[in-house]
Amino acid sequence: MSLLELDNIVVEFPTRRGPLEAVKGLSLDLDEGEILGLVGESGAGKSITGAAITGLIEPPGLIRSGEVRLRGARIDNLPPEKMRRIRGKEIGAIFQDPLTSLNPVYTVGEQLIDTMRVHLGFDHKAARQRAIDWLAEVGIPAPEARLDQYPHQFSGGMRQRVVIALALCAEPKLIIADEPTTALDVSVQAQILALLKRLCRENGTAVVLVTHDMGVIAETADRVAVMYAGRLVEIGDVKQVIEEPLHPYTRGLMASIPQIGNRDRRLTQIEGAMPGLRNPAPGCAFAPRCPRAMEHCHSLRPAPQDAGTGQVACHLYGETA
Amino acid sequence: MTPQIAPDDILSVQNISKRFDVSEPFLNRVLERRPRRILTAVNDISFDVPRGKTFAVVGESGCGKSTVARLLMGLHTPSAGAIRFEGTDITHMPPGNPPELRRRMQMIFQDPYASLNPRWRVRDIIGEPLKNFGICKTRAEVTREVEKLLSQVGLIPADAKKFPHEFSGGQRQRLSIARALTTRPELLICDEPTSALDVSVQSQILNLMKDLQDEFNMSYIFISHDLAVVWYMADVLAVMYLGKIVEVGPKEQIFENPQHPYTRLLMETVPKLTVGGTERAPVAGEVPNPISPPPGCSFHPRCPLANDTCRSVAPALNLRAGGQKSACHAADEGRLPAWLRLAAE
Repeated sequence: MSLLELDNIVVEFPTRRGPLEAVKGLSLDLDEGEILGLVGESGAGKSITGAAITGLIEPPGLIRSGEVRLRGARIDNLPPEKMRRIRGKEIGAIFQDPLTSLNPVYTVGEQLIDTMRVHLGFDHKAARQRAIDWLAEVGIPAPEARLDQYPHQFSGGMRQRVVIALALCAEPKLIIADEPTTALDVSVQAQILALLKRLCRENGTAVVLVTHDMGVIAETADRVAVMYAGRLVEIGDVKQVIEEPLHPYTRGLMASIPQIGNRDRRLTQIEGAMPGLRNPAPGCAFAPRCPRAMEHCHSLRPAPQDAGTGQVACHLYGETA
Repeated sequence: MTPQIAPDDILSVQNISKRFDVSEPFLNRVLERRPRRILTAVNDISFDVPRGKTFAVVGESGCGKSTVARLLMGLHTPSAGAIRFEGTDITHMPPGNPPELRRRMQMIFQDPYASLNPRWRVRDIIGEPLKNFGICKTRAEVTREVEKLLSQVGLIPADAKKFPHEFSGGQRQRLSIARALTTRPELLICDEPTSALDVSVQSQILNLMKDLQDEFNMSYIFISHDLAVVWYMADVLAVMYLGKIVEVGPKEQIFENPQHPYTRLLMETVPKLTVGGTERAPVAGEVPNPISPPPGCSFHPRCPLANDTCRSVAPALNLRAGGQKSACHAADEGRLPAWLRLAAE
C-alpha cells in the first residue's frame, strides 16, 4: 500500500465571479521513503496541492471532491482537531520562509521540546536532550547554547536547519517541503538540500518537494510530477523527466533553463503564458502554446496514460496519437 | 574590464564606498553605552562599463550588489569615490538634475509588483516620463509613443488602459522595461530583473532584453545572483563578496578559469541539471556579518586555502594571466590549484 494517495482531488476557491478551480482533478501516490518533486510555474497549483495534503487550505477554499489517503485512511474529511494530531506527528511541513514558520517569542529549544512532548510524549528532560541531538544532527554548531536562543538570533540558513529539525523531530512518515530553499543563497541551498536528503533517507521519511527549481529537483528527487494549469501533465522517474521529458510543456520548460556553457545566443522560450484558471478551454490547457499541437488538442482534453516510467497527459502518446 | 583603458567606456566608477550608520538611537547609545555601528555595504570598488555591452555583477544576498546599482542611479550618495558618466562626474549630482544626464540612465527593479503604481493606468505609468522629460509635447504624441513602446516589449496597444494588477509577473516586467525605454536611455541598470519570475517567463524577458540591447545599442549593468543567467547576459563580469569586488574580467575567462576561491565556490554550487551524477559539494559556512567583517581577506573563514597572510592582510585586485583581475593571496602566491571543471560545450 502506498504511504500517500491523492485520488482525483479538486481544490476550489469560491469567488464573487463563481468558483475557481486551482487544482482540477489530481491523482498521485507516494511510497514510503520516496522523494517526489512537484514542479510547475506560479499558479500551476503545486503549493495548493501541498496544502491539500496537510489540510491547510485557507477557507473559503476547500477540497471539492476526491480523497487524500494516508496509509489507506482518508484524512481530507477529518475534523480540524483530529487533523492537528496528524499534522506534525504523521505529516511534517517545511515552508519557504523560515522566519515566519518559527514562533518569534519562543526559543528554538522550547519549540522543539514542545513538539516532542506533544507528539512523542517525552518528559521535559528527555525532550531537551533530544532537541540538542537534533540541532547537532542538522549541523548547528554549539547546539546546547543555541537551544536557548530565539529565531531572530539565527541566520537564514541556520533558521531553515531549525525548521528541518522541527519538522523531523516528531518522526513523521511524510514531509511536505514547499520551496524549502527558495529564500536561501545558492551556497547555503546546497547544504540544506543535502541535509534534507540525508535525514530523510536515514529515517525513511517520504518527501513531497514542491518547487519551481528544476536544479533542486534534479539533485534531490526520485520521481517528478509536473503540473500545468491545475493538472498533472507528466510524472515519471527524475532521470526521464529531466533528461528525456515526454510532454511538450516539460520539454519547453527544461529547454528554457539557462545553462552555463551553452553558447546559443538566445534562450529557448515558450511563447505566451499559462492560461488563467477562469474559463478553462475544453482541450489541453497547453495547446495554445504547444509547438506540436494537433487539431483535436484544442477540443479534447488528454487523459493521463502510461508512458515511459510514469504517465503523461498528451495526445502525442497513446492510442489517440 | 579589459587591460587597456578603453576610451569607449560609458560609465566609470572609481573607488566608491557606501557606509550606512546602523547605530542605535542616540539615547540608547548614551544610556546603555552601545557603540556606534557602521555597515560598509560597498567597500572601495572600481570598474568601467564598456559601451553597448553588459556588465554583470553577481554575488549572494548582502554582498552590496543592489547598493552599487542605487549608487549609480543617484538613489544613494557614495561615502567616498567618484562616478563618471561619459567623463562627467555625477557623484554628487542631485537626482534628476540635470535632466539631460539622468534621462540617459534608467533602472529596472526586481519586484514588478512593487515598482509599478497600482493606482495608475499603464498609459500614465509609461506616459509620465515622456511628459516630464519633454519628449512628447501633445497628448496624441504621448498616446502614440506609449503604444509604440508597448509593442516593442511584446504587449499590445490595448494594454495602455489597463491597471498593473491585470498583468502577470512577466508582463509587468515588460511594462517596467517599456517605462525605462521611454527616455531612450544609453545605460540601463537592471537589478535582478528576472529573479521574481518563473523560468519559462525568465527566458522570454532575457531574450527581449538582448533584442532591445541590439536594437538601441544600450549598455546594461545587470545585477543577479544567478550565474547561469549571467552566463547568458554578461560580456564583463564582476563577482562581489561582502562589499568588495573579488574578481572582475571578461565573462569567458572567469567562467573558464576562475581565479578566486569564492568564484569557484559559486560555480560549484550552481545546480546542475544532471541526475544522480555530480552532487553539489556543500560549502561550509555562510556570509559573515558586514558590520564586523573578518580582518584580512573577508573570505578567509570559508576559504580552504587560507593562511596567515589571508587572515591579516587584505588582498589587492591583481591582474591574472587569463585577463581578469582577482583579489586573492593564493593566486598571487601561485597556491591556487588548477581549475578542472571546464564549462561544458
